[in-house]
Amino acid sequence: MDYFERFAIPHPSPAIYASMVAICLTVIAIIVGLTYFKKWGYLWREWLTTVDHKRIGIMYLISAILMLFRGGADAIMMRAQMAVPDNKLLDAQHYNEIFTTHGTVMIIFMAMPFIMAFMNYIVPLQIGARDVAFPRLNALSFWLFFMGAMLLNISFVIGGSPDAGWTNYFPLASNEFSQSVGTNYYLFALQISGLGTLITGINMIVTILKMRAPGMTLMKMPMFTWSSFVANVIIVFAFPVLTVALVMGTFDRLFATNFFTTSNGGMDMLWANFFWVWGHPEVYILILPAFGLYSEIISTFSGRNLYGYKSMVGSMVIISFLSFLVWTHHFFTMGQGALTNSIFSITTMAIAVPTGVKIFNWLFTLWKGKIVFTTPMLYSMLFIPTFTIGGVTGVMLGMSAADYQYHNTMFLVAHFHMVIIPGVVFAMLAGLHYYWPKMFGFMLNEKIGKVTAWIIAISTLLAFMPMFFSGLDGQARRMYTYSASTGFGMWNMISFIGAIGLTIGFMLIVYNVYYSIRYAPRNVGSDPWDARTLEWATPSPVPYYNFARVPHVISTEALWDAKYRQHDLFPKQYENIHMPNNSGVPFILGCIFFAWGFSFVFGMWIPTIVTTVGIFICMAHRSLEKDPGHYVSVEKVKATESKLRGSQS
Amino acid sequence: MKKNWLKSVSLFTIVTMLTGCDPLLVLDPKGPQAQVQAKDIMLSIGIMSFIVLIVFVILAYMLMKYRASKQSPDYKPPHIKGSTMVEIICVGIPVLIVAYMSIISVQSNYKVESTPEKYKDEKPLVIYASTSNWKWHFSYPKEDIETVNYLYIPAERPIEFKLYSYGPITSFWIPQLGGQKYAMADMVNTLHLAADMPGEFMGRNANFNGKGFAENTFNVTAVTHDEFDDWVKEVKETADLLTEEKFNTLLEPGHVGQSTYNGTHLTFLPAPEGENGGHQHGSSHVKDHVSQ
Ligand code: HEM
Ligand SMILES: [Cu+2]
Ligand SMILES: [Cu+2]
Repeated sequence: MDYFERFAIPHPSPAIYASMVAICLTVIAIIVGLTYFKKWGYLWREWLTTVDHKRIGIMYLISAILMLFRGGADAIMMRAQMAVPDNKLLDAQHYNEIFTTHGTVMIIFMAMPFIMAFMNYIVPLQIGARDVAFPRLNALSFWLFFMGAMLLNISFVIGGSPDAGWTNYFPLASNEFSQSVGTNYYLFALQISGLGTLITGINMIVTILKMRAPGMTLMKMPMFTWSSFVANVIIVFAFPVLTVALVMGTFDRLFATNFFTTSNGGMDMLWANFFWVWGHPEVYILILPAFGLYSEIISTFSGRNLYGYKSMVGSMVIISFLSFLVWTHHFFTMGQGALTNSIFSITTMAIAVPTGVKIFNWLFTLWKGKIVFTTPMLYSMLFIPTFTIGGVTGVMLGMSAADYQYHNTMFLVAHFHMVIIPGVVFAMLAGLHYYWPKMFGFMLNEKIGKVTAWIIAISTLLAFMPMFFSGLDGQARRMYTYSASTGFGMWNMISFIGAIGLTIGFMLIVYNVYYSIRYAPRNVGSDPWDARTLEWATPSPVPYYNFARVPHVISTEALWDAKYRQHDLFPKQYENIHMPNNSGVPFILGCIFFAWGFSFVFGMWIPTIVTTVGIFICMAHRSLEKDPGHYVSVEKVKATESKLRGSQS
Repeated sequence: MKKNWLKSVSLFTIVTMLTGCDPLLVLDPKGPQAQVQAKDIMLSIGIMSFIVLIVFVILAYMLMKYRASKQSPDYKPPHIKGSTMVEIICVGIPVLIVAYMSIISVQSNYKVESTPEKYKDEKPLVIYASTSNWKWHFSYPKEDIETVNYLYIPAERPIEFKLYSYGPITSFWIPQLGGQKYAMADMVNTLHLAADMPGEFMGRNANFNGKGFAENTFNVTAVTHDEFDDWVKEVKETADLLTEEKFNTLLEPGHVGQSTYNGTHLTFLPAPEGENGGHQHGSSHVKDHVSQ
């Protein structure tokens, strides 16, 4: 009995039972549906075993949107609980689990796959490559990420969700103070998906360095590729730190070591240091590709080249350096003395300079342009003012003496949401609308899109601006309730209204997708926005080999050159195209990793050993395998091209 | 400097009015440290609003002037390379602003990390503030008394809080007297505060430490020197002795109300300080104290 008690629901409530039933029904429905429509083979051949970077990108995209709703459900529950003083909707334990999973899901399983989706889909197209450098490794990255996400998500029905905050500070996260297996889930979910991210980092760096089309020197890469490159360099330096920290935390929890405990020489600050040495750069891993997307979109819809290309690149490189030199600003209040705080205060505020350069460059890209307000452009224009507010409050937080007052308050929560939602989420939504026709061959509805953008932007302000005030009025973050006498009620009610607005906005996006699938005209051509970069030079949706002929590039704006400057982008001759074969191993390996993580979470050692062996078998299988890929013949390429391009040349 | 001060005051009034006359706690300082912080906050709000304004104005201008709908259909935007002049301005001005704010920040750091200038002549009152899930223990070693979940302090006298924890990391915070600092298990942190006048203040743990976090608060009462002495005397006469046994029951997780004791737990359970106790990672004040 003891054994099974570990799996029991730690938090029995109607909501949990309801979701258990919902999950079971969904799974059954999917299985029945796939069987009925005989889609198992299709699913396996076209998606589960695919190594095509575009399909992988789309799978990342779908996961990210699903997780946005998962994290959003947590958010709305939190805001509902806080909307009025002394609310009894949730109890403390439930609230703690919710804000922990909200933070973790949003950062690791929503924002990360969103940027991964765009990096995977766009980068190879922007540099004129057929795929990434290691396609099969890329599939493995996705499945590791996905299984990590699933592992965290089953925590709330089996054994208990993590409840020590997404920062997971020890000793709170140690066995002594967090007894459920929740924190184990956290450690393994992050570990498994983190490995996937690290692999992507290496893969993307090699892809960008080695696989650019002829003529594309580093300084002729489109801005999104540049931003992805810098972000991936940060990944390669930052993620190993997370890996090590998670391993140490795991050892503390499962093998009774004392790295971060309160006794036997454990150092709780060591966790904080490790976590933020990874955590702060992580923020820039998310924001830089978002900046890249904005650069593409703003220049496209201003009808102008990006202003200050070189300073854009330079500022990103500087930001990537500085991002590793500021982690201590997350614990100015840890008692490290005035000197240390002063140093980190200065490095922190210094980041505002290159970030400011970028904002001014976007503003000057509008200068003398011909601005068209499409949905992606609207998001980008709403991003600038909102992000500026979030950004300057970051500078305020950087003044360490003042941070003693902001730290751990709603002011901080307001700051990072005002940065991360306009910065990352708006960018992703802008990118979604912008690249949708490239991915699927039709446009999302512009009218619905614009209304949604306005609703989301206004609701963001409504939801988070009040927190600046309640923070300065002494409302600490992560409190599950407060008394009426504090006077926080009004602020939190406004926030709740904003959160409802955001929910409506996100639902409208799904409605837009549904509406456009049904009613949008097909065949919008390869370049519906009159864009400038190479990814728009190939048909939409993109054939699996990307480019029938390898393009020759002369500037950052390859397509623009071809359209308006008489540049011959493609050589006359077709050639046989070499493509990688699909493989089921990455998916299988992902599943084994899932089982491995699950066994570890509950300390089931026999399955742990079995799955570990399984992992090595998969790796050995790959080493011994001879898979030279396959060729697509010239005739087949020509046939595909004429079918895809149809009437339009 | 004077202009900035003016700007701060006017902004302060705006913010105050916005909130319906009740000033926000942090911007309503009742001690020198909180004052330093409130001044920094108002100053940075001022400078930052200025930057936000500039961005808004440029953005609005560009969007008005260069909308496609306002232009002739055959207008072709030019290809523009960056301009050195513009870039010098866009980097130069932010660098100056950041440099200025860095100077302010460094000065304030040293101020909040030391005994307030105003009360340099007064001998600081040392109070050990420790937490256990989910309560606060305040030990007055010199007075040899201890309270739970409430603080009694003399106004116009510097207080040196010694912070540590019997469990997860917590953060000691009295917004109107000054910003917070962490209390951790393996070391003692020092926080300097002072109250300029008698009054009642809200204090709480600001760092999440589990289920009882929301209620992890304490009351702070600042009184005159005489009243403080009377209070100490009264406690010494009436309160029970804090035995090791009693303290161990207090340490157990849960919420307890306020209580007062004779003697402190420091005698049988010293704080993790001193040469070998914990690692003071550079906190000069802790070291100073050790060597005295
Ligand atoms: C959709 C609207 C959103 C709402 C209404 C919302 C609301 C909240 C609330 C109420 C908290 C907890 C405050 C507290 O008690 O400490 C929180 C924390 C957090 N949110 Fe959001 N959020 C939203 C979107 C996002 C997004 C898009 C991200 C990231 C990409 C994000 C990342 C985080 C993180 C990292 C935390 C910290 C969790 C913690 O305190 O451990 N949130 N959010
Ligand atoms: Cu940071
Ligand atoms: Cu320490």
